[in-house]
Amino acid sequence: MTKINDFVVRFANVNGTGSASANNMFAKAIFRMGIPVSPKNIFPSNIQGLPTWYEVRVSEKGYLGRREGVDLLVGVNPQSLTQDIATVKTGGYFLYDNSKKLHKEFSRDDIHFIGVPMIELCMQHYSDARQRQLFKNMVYVGTLSVLLDIEMQVLVGIIEDEFQNKTKLIAPNVQALELGRNYVKEYYQYPLDIRLERRDLIGNKILVDGNTACGLGAVYAGATVAAWYPITPSTSVVNAFEKYAKKLRVDKESGQNKFAIVQAEDELAAIGMVIGANWNGARAFTATSGPGVSLMTEFLGLAYYAEIPTILINVQRGGPSTGMPTRTQQADILSTAYASHGDTKQVLLFPSTPKECFDMTAQAFDLAEQLQTPVVLMTDLDLGMNDHISEPFSWDESQIYQRGKVLTANDLENMAKFGRYLDVDDDGICYRTIPGTHPTKGSYFTRGTSHDEFARYTEDGGAYTRKAERLLKKWHTAKTYMPKPLFYQEKSNQSLGVVFFGTTTYAALEAIELLENQGVKLDAMRILAFPFTDSVEEFIAQHEQVFVIEQNRDAQFRTLLINELEINPKKLLKVLNYDGSPITADAICQQIENHLNHAKPQSNHQYVVHKA
Amino acid sequence: MSYIKPKFHHPQSPQNDLGYIKSDYEGAISTLCAGCGHDSISSAIAQACFEMAIEPHKLAKLSGIGCSSKTPAYFLSNSHGFNSVHGRMPSIATGANLANRDLIYFGVSGDGDTASIGMGQFVHVARRNLNMVYIVMNNGCYGLTKGQDSATADVGSVSKAGSKNMFQTVDLVSMALELGASFVARSFSGDKAQLIPLIKAAISHPGFAFIDVISPCVTFNNNVGSTKTYDYVREHVKYTSTVDFVPEAEEITVEYAEGESKAVKLHDGSYLQLQKLAPDWNPQDRFAVYEKLHRAKQTGEILTGLLYIDTESQDLHQLLNTIKQPLNTLNEKDLYLGNEVLERINAGFR
Ligand SMILES: Cc1ncc(C[n+]2csc(CCOP(=O)(O)OP(=O)(O)O)c2C)c(N)n1
Ligand code: SF4
Ligand SMILES: [Mg+2]
Repeated sequence: MTKINDFVVRFANVNGTGSASANNMFAKAIFRMGIPVSPKNIFPSNIQGLPTWYEVRVSEKGYLGRREGVDLLVGVNPQSLTQDIATVKTGGYFLYDNSKKLHKEFSRDDIHFIGVPMIELCMQHYSDARQRQLFKNMVYVGTLSVLLDIEMQVLVGIIEDEFQNKTKLIAPNVQALELGRNYVKEYYQYPLDIRLERRDLIGNKILVDGNTACGLGAVYAGATVAAWYPITPSTSVVNAFEKYAKKLRVDKESGQNKFAIVQAEDELAAIGMVIGANWNGARAFTATSGPGVSLMTEFLGLAYYAEIPTILINVQRGGPSTGMPTRTQQADILSTAYASHGDTKQVLLFPSTPKECFDMTAQAFDLAEQLQTPVVLMTDLDLGMNDHISEPFSWDESQIYQRGKVLTANDLENMAKFGRYLDVDDDGICYRTIPGTHPTKGSYFTRGTSHDEFARYTEDGGAYTRKAERLLKKWHTAKTYMPKPLFYQEKSNQSLGVVFFGTTTYAALEAIELLENQGVKLDAMRILAFPFTDSVEEFIAQHEQVFVIEQNRDAQFRTLLINELEINPKKLLKVLNYDGSPITADAICQQIENHLNHAKPQSNHQYVVHKA
Repeated sequence: MSYIKPKFHHPQSPQNDLGYIKSDYEGAISTLCAGCGHDSISSAIAQACFEMAIEPHKLAKLSGIGCSSKTPAYFLSNSHGFNSVHGRMPSIATGANLANRDLIYFGVSGDGDTASIGMGQFVHVARRNLNMVYIVMNNGCYGLTKGQDSATADVGSVSKAGSKNMFQTVDLVSMALELGASFVARSFSGDKAQLIPLIKAAISHPGFAFIDVISPCVTFNNNVGSTKTYDYVREHVKYTSTVDFVPEAEEITVEYAEGESKAVKLHDGSYLQLQKLAPDWNPQDRFAVYEKLHRAKQTGEILTGLLYIDTESQDLHQLLNTIKQPLNTLNEKDLYLGNEVLERINAGFR
């Protein structure tokens, strides 16, 4: 059966061998042929020598979540051969380097083996050892271009773009492609029954990773200070910020930077610097992952209690502890939502595309200053480190930075009395001053100890309670500032609902369609922020049962909903994946079906899944 | 409890160059124990700022947690203050300074706050040469948690409870020197004549200015056998120099005999006039200072004074090559990039 624009190709490489750029080129070529594609890096926490995989899903229907089952495997890592061959679906293909003969034990009758002497071809054509290794990667891309019908001019275009500044390298790269192409044309039938056909389904979309989008978003939001401590998978957020800041934020006349980036000694210091800078009126942020968030919690409590804008990008990875540093999860939901001891609640945003990473990073700066509190962007490794097809970045030209309630010298001059924590507007949000504003007015003592409306230390129970309750009032105000959830139906009228957020969205939307084909109809809601807006509560109230899809063991998001909205736990059903790879539509369907089949028949409703 | 001091301006109170009087540099009434060394240091800080005619709002006070870290509430009430979390004042100071390089950053910490929980941040703020004053009010114990030994307690020093400290002491002055701090001094809360000019010099120094001030805890560490008591310090103190701070506009008037004095020109044009009490002390020779500190440690001498100064160092802003204009004053006008740039960036992802 021929499958056009609907298959999964997996590359099995050794890390540190330069395969990444060849693999990226493969995905990009499909993207440039107008076909939806989603590549994912599966890599170890190691620098050289261990297996890595790069998995590319091609889906004309635009399903961009991960899918189990490999249609074609490019196996150029001898270490993982056994495992790799086993992952190929029946009827699928195994493309390998047959410079050395494949041992009989690896043979499988139900798949096709395509051997190309990649190393041998490179040995014949290149003398330099590093070149032989690098061009071997291009040889398999060339081979694939024939087998899968990738347009050669598209590949050449990508090479030309990549080597704009090193044009000498264009010809040898193209030559390596040709080596692979010629060989496969001579010895195999082509194209395969899985293959590509040009479409026009991409429009003006871009292919980019979420961390780049966050870094760029911070530049656009006017961040001038970044402090951070390296940790996978968040490192490339600050790397991107630095790259764009160096391009876009250097004063032309003096050559001096309109930004400061400090690689701190640890995450405690990183968040401390961010708090200090925001306290002092600059826009500052940090990015980290689980272990870093754990270290930052004491400071997050200070920022919450002393009401200091703080922007944190949490690129989640597999926990607990050091966990799976290079695998994805959404498992910091509760620890971040309630980060720090005492009664604390933190504002969270949940992007699911690079465009949303860009927009929400910028929004996080506004919200943090408007609400005078930490705002955490909850992304994850899948979103942060993999390329995703996304709406292009854009900036509303009329948009100005929302700096919140900050008093100027003039304001202070004209006001009767200033109290840092006086709830003047009755919305729980007070007026703050920036150090250095006025010679005699507006100074106060910022502290994490309990304080009264004038920031004076107090252990008076009444004053303490007033503050605690005012913070809660602010929390309620915050709801009205949060982005509203997205609904995927005009009107919710099913008895079953489904809730998801962040990167789970990709597989969730596919699963909803698959289930619908099987006769299971679900109303869907994607939540974008915590605190939950009223519409979140309404949606859940409107449905008899609501599935909550998320990527952690303990159904943390479900707990958050139950806890914050006082929902009967029985009403919210868990749909989970926590093995470190992105959740798949199949896994979602299966769990939902299980729930439905095991659900006791209720009054008039009986959920039965009809297999199509 | 916190008290606000009644403001009473005596008509004859001397004014500084800005027309402020001394009480404009004071803060809330201290709630520390009567006789606590920390209070003397607070008052020295207020006096130094008064004499230097610092605009109170151009200075930010920062601290960690401890009795010592409470003191910023007790001086300069017209300055913004930030009492952060235990041991993390340096990171707050770093962020604040990056946001606005034009203010004076005055950090206050304790020996527990700096030499134990905050050791990491102390080390790194020193090596980054952040332009700030960093004072440790050093009492060899944790005052606020009722007197446990701190890491600066000397080996063999006896606590109030009668136990001897067995562990090696952390000498913050040697550490600061080792870490590349560009201004290193030690003083004693009981010696304001020495401390006030040192604080002024530290404020003028355009880099990391560290002052370790021995500051007895009268409640938990002023007993016989402790090496951080008023008596012990007075007996063992040795002056390397006396320092006169001479503001930019003034001339050096006091003359000292050749070889006994040294004038160090600071970046802002002011001078430090050092009268050397230890004749061969050269506060610009890091290695010599380092060696002498170690020798003194062996003989039980407490060396005080301006121990080391590097007038040529580059502070963090210079190292990061940031613009002169404070980053917190950049607004949309300076930072706006527009959609055209974004469109070019988009094109790179197609
Ligand atoms: C994370 C954390 N751990 C412990 C404490 C309790 N604590 C408060 S002050 C202090 C020690 C302070 O000692 P030092 O810095 O020497 O200040 P001093 O009171 O002696 O001036 C401790 C351990 C705390 N506030 N925070
Ligand atoms: S306990 Fe010690 S350090 Fe604290 S205020 Fe009293 S004397 Fe000072
Ligand atoms: Mg102490």
